[in-house]
Amino acid sequence: MIIKKLGPEELLSLDKFSVDEGHPHILVDKAICATCKARVCLIVCPARCYRLKDDQVNFEYAGCLECGTCRVMCTDKGVTSWNYPRATFGVTFRCS
Amino acid sequence: MAEEDKLDAIVVGAGPAGSACAYTLAKQGKNVLMLERGNTAGSKNVSGGRLYTYALELLEPDMYKRAPLQRKIIREQIMLLNQRGATTVDYFNPDFGEQVPQSYSVVREELDEWFAGEVEATGATVASGVLVDGLIEENGTIVGIRSGEDEMRADIVVAADGVNSLLGQKAGLFPDVSSHAVGVGVKETIELADNLISARFGVKDSEGAARVAIGCTDGISGGGFLYTNKGSISLGIVFNPEQAAKQPRHIQDIFQDFKMHPAIQPLIEGGSSVEYGAHIVPEIGYHGIPKRLHREGFLVVGDAAQLGINTGIVIRGMDLAIVSGLAAARAILKSTRAADAGPLYMQQLEDLLLLANQRAYQNFHNIFEISRVFSTYPNFANDAMQFLFTVDGKTPKPMLKGMLAAMRKNATFGALLADGWKAYRSL
Repeated sequence: MIIKKLGPEELLSLDKFSVDEGHPHILVDKAICATCKARVCLIVCPARCYRLKDDQVNFEYAGCLECGTCRVMCTDKGVTSWNYPRATFGVTFRCS
Repeated sequence: MAEEDKLDAIVVGAGPAGSACAYTLAKQGKNVLMLERGNTAGSKNVSGGRLYTYALELLEPDMYKRAPLQRKIIREQIMLLNQRGATTVDYFNPDFGEQVPQSYSVVREELDEWFAGEVEATGATVASGVLVDGLIEENGTIVGIRSGEDEMRADIVVAADGVNSLLGQKAGLFPDVSSHAVGVGVKETIELADNLISARFGVKDSEGAARVAIGCTDGISGGGFLYTNKGSISLGIVFNPEQAAKQPRHIQDIFQDFKMHPAIQPLIEGGSSVEYGAHIVPEIGYHGIPKRLHREGFLVVGDAAQLGINTGIVIRGMDLAIVSGLAAARAILKSTRAADAGPLYMQQLEDLLLLANQRAYQNFHNIFEISRVFSTYPNFANDAMQFLFTVDGKTPKPMLKGMLAAMRKNATFGALLADGWKAYRSL
């Protein structure tokens, strides 16, 4: 592989994810996000789990790196519940 | 769990703090269970990548010789970046650390797995793939943990569950981590042939460099880091998340620009990215440590206790984690009643000089509020260097005039004085 700028999907593809289908470990209240002006999650989530879609904040827990940044930074408490994924699920670093 | 199985201690989290604690307890014959939510210890852990060796020495002399350490750090580098250039201070000391090398780069997946193995070898039980999601409380005392439907009881629970410490919160010791007290770190691990790393950093194969970089954060308070490992390089940036949130670029993009900076890219050229991680880091040192780190039957250690020191050039976390784990273990071993362990733990944090270390740098984080540190001054340094090194046959400007011009291009005298005063007051 050549050293180059990697996009969000390329960066996440370096890690291994075991997704707990139907059991998001982070709950986001879209109604709160809809009125949030700051939307800092769009800038600071290292995994870019939070993205704009049709002007709405869309949250996807599958690529979460479990760092806790959104939990700490969410200004309007749109992150209503933050937990670690259930055992054996979530990210595993350095899978190669 | 049957009564005869009752444990002396449950340690939650198999990072350096948890393993140091469990290791010390088990070595003294305590019946210890260490739980880790990752499938293996270290599989979910991220850190920049340097361990100061004294902490392992405190735990057990010569233990570091068994540890899967990467390279002995003998080059300490500070890099000031502007758009395309860089000014680097390179401090080379092949003897750093008198008998025991002062620090090593580490890879957490290897270090934590080894450490948990050491814990197991002393007779403790280590169970991975177990998420602790609650505490059992009776008559105001923590008496055990819950994991799904399972309950496990012990005389004491040690929360080594990391910077987000949900357990410390569940125990009612502290609220959510505050956004001004943490940094957000992102990191890529890049595999690269060992001989290339040695050649590019001017070190022997067992030796390595550690580098901090400023001027690579789009002016956001924060800095880059680079550690040379065996066969890989850890490269990343830690950002102040509040400042990052006030500007438009995603931190991932700023990080990727750093990776491709003309002064960084050739160092990793030919390598391949194998891991991308992120982590929040306690950033404000002593003032970020919660007032309460214990209650009856419960102690908080390591990142969970928000232990951390960042002087801008020295970044410490894992050493403090190990020392705090040791402190907790010693407190547990000394206590005769459950209620004693907490105060004894605080005393051990003093006796092992951990809190003295934290206090020594307690105002350093104020320096990181000086916004000019993160772009103005790195630009100034590079403009000054450009003036000093330029030879083009034209009549050279007088030295003082040229340096003043480099300064004025970036900042006023008043700004320099104000920042100098603030820095002086913070040290």
